[in-house]
Parts: sequence; C-alpha cells; structure tokens
Amino acid sequence: MDIRVTQAPLDPGAEANAFIARAAHAGAVATFTGLVRSMPNDSILSLTLECYPELAINQLTAIAAAAQSRFALADVTIIHRYGRMLPGEPIVQVMASAPHRQAAFDAAQLLMDHLKTDAPFWKQETTPAGTHWVEAKSADDDARARWQ
Amino acid sequence: MKILYFAWLRERLNRGEEEVDLPADILTIADLISWLADRDEAAALAFEKRALIKTALDARLVSHDTPLAGAKVVALFPPMTGG
Repeated sequence: MDIRVTQAPLDPGAEANAFIARAAHAGAVATFTGLVRSMPNDSILSLTLECYPELAINQLTAIAAAAQSRFALADVTIIHRYGRMLPGEPIVQVMASAPHRQAAFDAAQLLMDHLKTDAPFWKQETTPAGTHWVEAKSADDDARARWQ
Repeated sequence: MKILYFAWLRERLNRGEEEVDLPADILTIADLISWLADRDEAAALAFEKRALIKTALDARLVSHDTPLAGAKVVALFPPMTGG
C-alpha cells in the first residue's frame, strides 16, 4: 500500500508504470486519474486545494485498507495533491491491482467515491468572475452510499 | 487545547489555528462549537449552520458528541471536497 499527500507535481504515467511493474503477478490493474476540469462554458483559471495532511493520511489509509480487504487487492496506491493547479493538471491518482479485472475496477471506483466525501481536501476555484469554494455535492454522498 | 480551522471556516474566522483555555463545563465538541460561536459576531456567523461542520480530534474524524477529554488538537472544517 502506498498513500501520498503532496504538493509536488504528479506524473501519472510514471506512477502507473511503477505500479504495474510491482503488480506482475496480480493479473489486473485499474488506474484512475482525476484532472483539473475547465469547460468552454464553465471555464476555470486555476484550482487550489487546501488540505489537512495528518487527517488526510489517516483517512486515505483507512479507505485503501477497506478497499484492499473488500476486493482482495494485491496492491493499492492513492496519490492526492494539494496546492494550486492549472486546468489539465492531475489532482489525484488511484491504482488497484487484483487477480481479475472486476475487483480492480470496483476498487478504483470505491476509492474515488470515498475520497470525494471523506478525505480532508477543500477545493477553491478561480474563474474569470472571481474565486469561490466548491460546495460539497449530494451526488457525491449518494455515490459513496452505494458501497455500504 | 489547539484548534485548527480549514477552508471557508478559516476565512470567516480570520485564523487558521489558535490555542484556547477551555472553561471546565466545555466537555464535548458540540460544547466547544457553541462556546466559540458565542465569542463574537464573526464567529456566530461562521458557525451559523453548525450541523454542517465536520470535526476531528487528534487527526481522527469524530462526531459532535465526542468528549474532548485528553485530546490535544481539535479540527473544525466544512464538508470535504476531495478527489
């Protein structure tokens, strides 16, 4: 298990290659990368994530351990950035290896659904109109609830 | 006891952390939030929707009815928006 909370840039390709190299005997690897989104009709200049690192490590470790035991994962990695990021930059990467694809896919989805609501990060968007805190979405609570 | 604040709660209170000496009758996190909210107008406004506020004791998520006894650091923050 590899849990990282960092202000450093993230290279998802290099991280995926290293994870896959360690998963040689697992059979299946799912990786998910979340990026800073900026759409033509909803444009964002930058995204700043605030973080409580000590709690984030505890929460991400608990989420990863739950996924590992539920889906019998061979390995799991969560890397979550904080600080200021630009559109297109990776914010978060989760990776899961398992004997078969379904467990790896489900684990990646469970990890993301849980860290939307349970990981102590707070997003602040800067748009052409100004800066505002992103509100928590009830759809994220619903997505998390389906794993209970 | 040390208190940490994050995101819009930190902004509304105009501080990221503070040390407080608690009166003896402040036993739980809910008591602490009420006590903080009563200090001034900015705090009353910041804690207006206090059911929304999430809390941690010594970097573990806990509910508002958790006793403060023995804890060194309490963190108060809005709903999380990670991922």
